[in-house]
Amino acid sequence: MAKRIELKNVSVFYGDFRAVDDVTLNIEPRTVTAFIGPSGCGKSTLIRTLNRMHEVIPGAHVDGKVLMDGRNLYGPDVDPVDVRRQVGMVFQRPNPFPTMSIRDNVLAGYKLNNARVAKSDADDVVEKSLKRANLWKEVKDRLDKPGGGLSGGQQQRLCIARAIAVEPEVLLMDEPTSALDPISTLAIEDLVSELKQEYTIVIVTHNMQQAGRISDKTAFFNIDGAGEPGKLIEFDDTATIFANPTKKMTEDYISGRFG
Amino acid sequence: MARTSIRLNRWFLPLLALASCGISSIAVTIPVTPTSAPFNFLGAIALGAVIYAILSFLITLIAQGPRVAKDRMMTTLVLVAFAIAVVPLVSLISTVVTLGLARFDREFLTSSMRNVVGQGGGALHAIIGTLEITSIAAMISIPIGLLTAIYLVEYGRGRLARAVTALVDVMTGIPSIVAGLFAFAVFALFFGPGIRMGFAGAVALSVLMIPVVVRSSEEMLRIVPSELREASYALGVPKWLTVLKVVLPTAVAGLVTGIMISIARVIGETAPLLIVAGFTQSMNYNPFNERMMTLPVFVYFSYSSQGTDTQAYLDRAWAGALTLIVIVMVLNLGARLVSRIARPHTSR
Amino acid sequence: MANARSQVPKKRGDVVFSGLVTASGIAILVTLSAVAIFLVVESLPAFNPTADIGNAPDGFWAYVTPLVFGTLLAAVLALIFATPLAIGIGLFISHYAPRRIASSLGYVVDLLAAIPSVVYGLWGIQVLAPTVQPIYQWLNENLGWFPPFAGPVSGTGRTILTVSFVLAIMILPIMSALAREIFLQTPKLNEEAALALGATRWEMIQLSVLPFARSGLLSSAMLGLGRAVGETMAVAMVLSPAAVITFALITPTNPSTIASTIALDFPEAAGLNVNALIAAGLVLFVITMAVNITARGIITRHARKVAF
Repeated sequence: MAKRIELKNVSVFYGDFRAVDDVTLNIEPRTVTAFIGPSGCGKSTLIRTLNRMHEVIPGAHVDGKVLMDGRNLYGPDVDPVDVRRQVGMVFQRPNPFPTMSIRDNVLAGYKLNNARVAKSDADDVVEKSLKRANLWKEVKDRLDKPGGGLSGGQQQRLCIARAIAVEPEVLLMDEPTSALDPISTLAIEDLVSELKQEYTIVIVTHNMQQAGRISDKTAFFNIDGAGEPGKLIEFDDTATIFANPTKKMTEDYISGRFG
Repeated sequence: MARTSIRLNRWFLPLLALASCGISSIAVTIPVTPTSAPFNFLGAIALGAVIYAILSFLITLIAQGPRVAKDRMMTTLVLVAFAIAVVPLVSLISTVVTLGLARFDREFLTSSMRNVVGQGGGALHAIIGTLEITSIAAMISIPIGLLTAIYLVEYGRGRLARAVTALVDVMTGIPSIVAGLFAFAVFALFFGPGIRMGFAGAVALSVLMIPVVVRSSEEMLRIVPSELREASYALGVPKWLTVLKVVLPTAVAGLVTGIMISIARVIGETAPLLIVAGFTQSMNYNPFNERMMTLPVFVYFSYSSQGTDTQAYLDRAWAGALTLIVIVMVLNLGARLVSRIARPHTSR
Repeated sequence: MANARSQVPKKRGDVVFSGLVTASGIAILVTLSAVAIFLVVESLPAFNPTADIGNAPDGFWAYVTPLVFGTLLAAVLALIFATPLAIGIGLFISHYAPRRIASSLGYVVDLLAAIPSVVYGLWGIQVLAPTVQPIYQWLNENLGWFPPFAGPVSGTGRTILTVSFVLAIMILPIMSALAREIFLQTPKLNEEAALALGATRWEMIQLSVLPFARSGLLSSAMLGLGRAVGETMAVAMVLSPAAVITFALITPTNPSTIASTIALDFPEAAGLNVNALIAAGLVLFVITMAVNITARGIITRHARKVAF
């Protein structure tokens, strides 16, 4: 199920403005890759190119190739909507649908697309996804209650369950814990470590220690100045980046001299 | 700043207000004591307010200095402004209720004016006419208004969207009588100048209703957080399904409220209906055929064309006014209830 | 259960739906153009200088000018009465009333907007006119040298001054609601700066709130003016009309407004008289549009200045 992602010379534009410049890196299946870097360096922009979400903004486009198991997501006959069905995303602020119950939230990927799901299958999917997201025990008695009535950490796990219910190849997480308290953060980090056994995960994080805790490989991005494009500075095993980085800029960032 | 100011007791000002009213009550009664004129309530209050304003200003001036006195005067003026707004409201509602109750009976609500001269008769034909015409107007305006709002919020970019939004603004400013003239002009073109038709009235009302629906729906749709749309796109849901199944259900309470308020606004419109729907004394269920009576026109007509026994006509006019106000208030309160109950529960 | 649905149905859904909503937007354009076109077409016969219009023996423009005068007179008077009240009410709700009941009080004032204009008309005739008639009497006796208060005094009180009172009450809710919004948007920092300098509440309002609100109040005044200009039924019912140009406000001969004339004359009108009335409606439409566009212009200029 998990897929291999290759970015080849990817540059991201908003209209004429180049936001990210020439990124090339490979992400292996069943690994956790962290994108780190100071604010505005383009890491959120880049992660959104992996499921073509940045195109929601009018005028945004991409140069270069993004290959998933060899298939270019930006090929001429590829529908962005299809891409998004195969790549799941979890956002910085939990966003369960307030008009839907917990059960319907998990099934949202099917229901919103008018996909027919047999009731018994649906129950299985809900249970499996919530269990995988470590939320089943807490909500199994109130599946019909609205999705908005949970705590922040629970809502985020619900969003994760929703994302994995459609069995994507890849899971993208854009600062998933920055709006949560430390205990919920820990719960989600543990979850990520479990999920990587089945999915390829890419996570953007502001929190270097988090990257150090949960990722296998880390990509460090930086920006020369305001209005300049973000660039990939270094991409390596997490242990190497944190203990023994190659570039000086990486070391400066890790040790807190800027950012 | 050498003078220290005397703190006035908390109860001083309210007592002063009462005293002023007492003085003014005496003042308005004495000149007319020989006659048995009714107590000039309004005059007493108005005079009392003036006395209070002057006295409070002077006393504050002496006790606390000019700056505080000026502040006191402005506070009084602001309160008076509010009171002046409330007085007509109270007068209006109490007049409508007291004078309208005289004929607000079963006969009024269940019979028309057919063959009625003088006493008796009712407004059933007008009530039915109002319901029919307003429903047709709603059936035209709600889809167009809602879809246009969706266009402006979710899809519109560039010149067309800017033109549409500017024109919706222009439409909000069309006087109701001009909308009536427009409907007349359109139907006269096809049917000749003598045409009067319930449906034409509905068209005129739609011209007035559409911009209200567009503006309020637009606001409600913009309030839906963009993160919900993003979550839906990230699940691979195409845009039109996102709008239909995520945005609209989230905004539905506000949309319904806005629609109810727009209906409340047009249901009392008289001028356009006077022009194109005309007036009649009998029931007419067919909006495409001949004149149709509506409640606001009924009120106007009952007043302006009084036959023998003017009191009966006047009573019917007020009863019609009461019915109209009841309907409008029910719609307004209903809209508030809907918005309070059906609001989606977002995270705490 | 990974979905690999065919693309075609979904693409069609997007195309159909976006086409539908765009068509709806275009329908607005079409409707408005239709309004303008139809009005112009039906008005043209009246503009012809040789036309023989029963109600307008001296030609259309001689017919409509007193009506324009009456429309503007009533509306401007209404504005003069309503503006200070609207500002006072707006201030009361935004800065003087206790927090807990402030929004309920706002709702009370907004109730005035819900009342249909026929009801205002009835009330104007039956309650307001008789109440103010004695005041007109007094004004004429004591201040009759001032042209607006010149006699002879109307016995019923149904004069253009009364009409402007009713109009003022009718436009009060929208103007005070707008004023309220504008006052509430004053930056808290400016207000607190004034208070910290020891200003009284009124001084703070003078220093921080009113200057900030100036253009917003101006545009709300224009919107109120636009409403007053277009108001029909209350005027038609309360006024005893005569198409004259005069500034005497308390006599039985009063200038009429365009809207009320159309409402009163249309049901019985025929032939060219109909065209003349429609042409008058077109003139009214132009006036309201001019007022509204000015109001929107003021709002956008203010928004640009204040945006940060």
